[in-house]
Amino acid sequence: MTLAINVLLWLVVAILAFVAASRGRILLNSGARDGVIEFFMLLPRIGIGVIGSGFIAEVLPKELIGAWLGPESGLTGVVIATLGGALTPGGPVVGFSIGAAALKSGAGAPQVIAYSTAWALYAIHRLVMWEVPMMPARIVWLRAAVSLPLPFIAAVMAMLVGKP
Amino acid sequence: MSSDVTPKRRRRRAFDWSTAAIAAVSLAAAAMIYWRDGAEQFLAILGSDLTLFGEMLPKVLAGCLIGAFVTLLLPREMVARWVGHESGLTGLLIAAAFGVILPGGPITIYPVAGAFLVMGADAGAVVAFIVSWTLIGYTRALVWELPFFGSEFVLWRIVEALPLPILAGLLARIAVRAGFAHDHKQDKS
Repeated sequence: MTLAINVLLWLVVAILAFVAASRGRILLNSGARDGVIEFFMLLPRIGIGVIGSGFIAEVLPKELIGAWLGPESGLTGVVIATLGGALTPGGPVVGFSIGAAALKSGAGAPQVIAYSTAWALYAIHRLVMWEVPMMPARIVWLRAAVSLPLPFIAAVMAMLVGKP
Repeated sequence: MSSDVTPKRRRRRAFDWSTAAIAAVSLAAAAMIYWRDGAEQFLAILGSDLTLFGEMLPKVLAGCLIGAFVTLLLPREMVARWVGHESGLTGLLIAAAFGVILPGGPITIYPVAGAFLVMGADAGAVVAFIVSWTLIGYTRALVWELPFFGSEFVLWRIVEALPLPILAGLLARIAVRAGFAHDHKQDKS
C-alpha cells in the first residue's frame, strides 16, 4: 500500500519534471529548488508535531478519551469533537497533533474525522486573517454557513462506510 | 476591503508560535513519561514515532515537488478564466477539481478564489473550490496529514470527503437563491 503510493507520487513528480524540462531548463531547476526548499522549511514543524503527538497521546487519560470520543461515543462524540475542532486555535501543527494524539489514545475514526473537518473548515482565525481580507464578505459568510453541517456529514459517512 | 495584492508576509517559516506551543506540551509529556514509565518506554515511543515520520518523508518531499511544479506549470489566471466560464453542475465539479489540484496555503488560495468571482464564477463554485481545497487538496493531505495519520487513514478520509465540496456548493446556491446572500451576477447567458 505505502509502496504503491510512493511509486505513484514519484511517477507524478517525474511526469511534471519532464513537462517542465520540455519547456526549459530554468523551469525544471526552479521547480525542483522551490519544492526542496519548501520540504526543508516544513520538516521541523512536521517533525515536532508527529513526534510530539506520540508523547501527548501517551499521557492523555485513555478512559476519558475512550468514553467521550471513542468508537462507542456515537453522535455525542461527534458533537464534542466538532466543537473541539471549531475551538482549536493555531496552525496545522496544532490541529493535526491533537487529532493524531486523540486517535492514538482511543478516539474513534469518525470522531477524529469530525474534529479535523471542523478544525479545517471553521477555524475562526483563518477566516478573519485570510478569507475576509481577500474575498467579498458575503462569500466568506456564505462559505462558513454552508460548512456548518459538513463535519457531521463526514462523520456519519465514516460511520456508514466503515474502515476498509 | 478587498485587495488583489498578495500580502508581503512570508508563508514559509520553519517555526511559528503554534509549533512552539506544541513543542512545549510535547516536551512536558515526554518528561512525564520518562519520569513515570522510565527510559525504556520513552525510547519505545520515540522510536515508533521516528519510524512513522521517516516512512512518510519521501511522500512529503514528493508532495512539495508536485506543488512546486504545478505552481509553475499551471497559470492561475487560466484556472480562474476556466472556472469563471463554467456553470451548473459542471462548474461545481471543475471548481472542486481545481481545489484538489492547486497547491499552496491560504495566502495563494484565497486570491485565486477571489479571481474566480471576478472572472464570472458564481458563489457556489467559489464555495466548492474552497471546501475542496480545505478537505481534499493533495498538498495538505500529503504534506501534513500523511505523516500524522498514515496513508490508510488519510486515503479513507479523503474518499469519504469527496462529495462534500459539491454538496457545499449546492447548499451555497440554494442559500443564494433563497436570498441569504445576494449574488452579484444577475444573469448568466
